[in-house]
Amino acid sequence: MSRPTDQSRRPARVLAVSSGGGHWIELMRLVPAFEGCRVTYVTVEPSYRSQVPGSRFRLVVDATRWNKFRLGVMLLQMIWVLVRERPQVVISTGAAPGYFALRLGKLLGARTIWVDSIANIDELSSSGQRIGKYADLWLTQWEHLAKPNGPVYRGGVL
Amino acid sequence: MIFVTVGHQMPFDRLVRAVDEWAGARGRNDIFAQIGETAYRPEHIEFASQIDPDKFRELVANAEAVVAHAGTGTILTALELGTPVLVMPRHGALKETRNDHQIATAQRFKSLGRVEVAMDEKELAEKLDHLADLPARELISTDASAELIGAIRGFIWGSNPPI
Repeated sequence: MSRPTDQSRRPARVLAVSSGGGHWIELMRLVPAFEGCRVTYVTVEPSYRSQVPGSRFRLVVDATRWNKFRLGVMLLQMIWVLVRERPQVVISTGAAPGYFALRLGKLLGARTIWVDSIANIDELSSSGQRIGKYADLWLTQWEHLAKPNGPVYRGGVL
Repeated sequence: MIFVTVGHQMPFDRLVRAVDEWAGARGRNDIFAQIGETAYRPEHIEFASQIDPDKFRELVANAEAVVAHAGTGTILTALELGTPVLVMPRHGALKETRNDHQIATAQRFKSLGRVEVAMDEKELAEKLDHLADLPARELISTDASAELIGAIRGFIWGSNPPI
């Protein structure tokens, strides 16, 4: 699990994952953090492609934790994405696609970042709570939700 | 033009109906609404079920105000483009979303001075009457905070970033 710079000056392979709506808009606000990386965006809406020109772009089906069949399809698609992309870093702003991507990324040796959505003010999102032990960098965007054993607060998308 | 949006995930007929009734009562014909996949059909305002993200940004940029559910995507986009925004949060008890997180979002952004909030349809109609008085918002950056960007870059590259 070496950092990309330890091996070469080739761009780090980053998989940036989100579901639709606010999760995607929050991910777009993180784009400057990926400068110098080879980023592949993974989301659920084909029309989002035009917002990341010049980057790799992959789609999975949209699903929430209430639709088990679609979740299963999403998981299979995400396995395919991870195997094809072999990211060194997986980052997500949520929700279900990001949860799968971090779990799978971890299995394949990637380092992982979870940025819990700014919409989760009273408590962490359900996927955000469950992903804690699989996130190497486990972030909340609200200082009052940070805890000694994580998640940690390191600023927000706003 | 007033742009009404309920986000891409679920319809929010209670919001659209309230704006539609207000538009009928006030004779407004300059309202466009994104209403989601719903059987409900507004009578007084133009609408579409979904809008792609480029068109969405264009509508937010050109609107005098955005009237919306309290979704962070909508709020952040309106703040990036400096368009005043009036939100009515979805209620978990009415099955308008999974829980009451939009109420917390609305209250938090209101306390930051970023959005106007209506908690129900009656308050929404009152605030729609005074929409023109909403101050233009100070534009926020389209990027996350420098602290968060720095934390992620630091995690990816360690102490040896390429640029």
